[in-house]
Amino acid sequence: MSVATTTSSRPATARRTTIGLKILMAGTGLVFVGYLLLHMFGNLKALAGEEAFNDYAENLRTVGEPFLPYAGLLWIVRVVLLLSLVGHAYAAYSLWARAGSARRTKYAAVKTAARTAWMRWGGTFLLLFVVWHLLQFTIVKFSVNADKQGPDVQQNPYELVVASFQVPWNTLIYVLAMVALAFHLSHGVFSASQTLGLTGSAQAYRRAKLLGHAVAVVIVGGFLVPPFAILFGLIK
Amino acid sequence: MNLTLKIWRQAGPRHPGELVTYKVKDISEDMSFLEMLDVLNEELNAKGEEPLAFDSDCREGICGSCGLMISGDAHGPERTTTCQLHMRSFSDGDVITVEPWRANAFPVIKDLVVDRGAFDRIIQAGGYISVNTGSAPDAHSTPVPKENADRAFMAAECIGCGACVAACPNASAMLFMGAKVTHLSELPQGQPERDARVVSMVDQHDHEGFGGCTNVGACSQACPKGIPQDVISTLNKDLRGALRG
Repeated sequence: MSVATTTSSRPATARRTTIGLKILMAGTGLVFVGYLLLHMFGNLKALAGEEAFNDYAENLRTVGEPFLPYAGLLWIVRVVLLLSLVGHAYAAYSLWARAGSARRTKYAAVKTAARTAWMRWGGTFLLLFVVWHLLQFTIVKFSVNADKQGPDVQQNPYELVVASFQVPWNTLIYVLAMVALAFHLSHGVFSASQTLGLTGSAQAYRRAKLLGHAVAVVIVGGFLVPPFAILFGLIK
Repeated sequence: MNLTLKIWRQAGPRHPGELVTYKVKDISEDMSFLEMLDVLNEELNAKGEEPLAFDSDCREGICGSCGLMISGDAHGPERTTTCQLHMRSFSDGDVITVEPWRANAFPVIKDLVVDRGAFDRIIQAGGYISVNTGSAPDAHSTPVPKENADRAFMAAECIGCGACVAACPNASAMLFMGAKVTHLSELPQGQPERDARVVSMVDQHDHEGFGGCTNVGACSQACPKGIPQDVISTLNKDLRGALRG
């Protein structure tokens, strides 16, 4: 039942603490916020038509030439994102496991901590969605639309996006992921500000809460425009 | 009023515990929650049963001894300590579940009494300032800006009751530590040991087995002194400062 607790004999280090893990989670989370803003901006190019969208996709690969090789910057971004994902998930699951073992005897009458559950289960859902999303649009590039198949669709980013979101169930998965993302961002941005120690006054605290909601609305709102425009036939 | 109580009974640290149902009758709404438990204990004594063990001391809401999880709320439905919670906050016929603080770092000693020695060890690890003994310095020898003094006093209101840990979904003690660190970091006397303090305290906190913080604020809502979540930000900032330095 009770575990004998004695004073730590380990040398005190700041990096290995739970707050150290939180700082890792906050830093990597901010990388994702920056990336999502760029990604959303790129998606909105779909509203400007096939040429604008596909040009944007191609330009992402030629940025920095001739200093960087073809798709050089793209790969730098991908490596940074992958490392951030590993760090973010490692910190999250370590702290989740720690929280589980910090209270082995549960309360009989318990108030649910909805936001903590949203971050953890919603985050896990987002992780699975990212895998699905990358397989769909980056790694395999498969079309879930029975009427639009073949290399013409797969090799044309605009066509692949339009074909995919004309399928209601595929759009539903996307919308569910965006709902999870909205909750994740609205708490995550505030939580990162708090973890990085930027909310040390009542005013800064309120501002960080507002910023979290604003970031969630802007990013998720922007992401939802193209799929709905496609689903309702505004973009063909 | 008549109430049904489901109370955690546990004979000792290594004994299994369970919720036991008791009925109490003719409870005055002017009684405090602890006085209501006193009435129950007198009945148990009269029947020759083992009375219920719970912590209390000042019964004025300033010592931090008492603390019960009342139907899922630390210190019950009002923002106050359990001793200052009155029965008028409940209705006739209510079923009330009473449990001890639940955290591995707060092992149950008996019934509703938990060992909060982990808090003492966190304070011993760094929640102090070192001063030369001797005659007290003049009160105005170290000027403190009003704003800093106010925030230090606000943080110093923490009575170490443990409600923050009890209410936290992660059983984290960050609000407690945030209050202690902010209290000292806002004052000139706290500066020499600022970096070492936060590292030692956080290290001890983690070593005691408390969880990490998810910044959801259940702690501040449960805190009888209303200590705001922004003290955790100050704690995090100080730790980040120590990490750099």
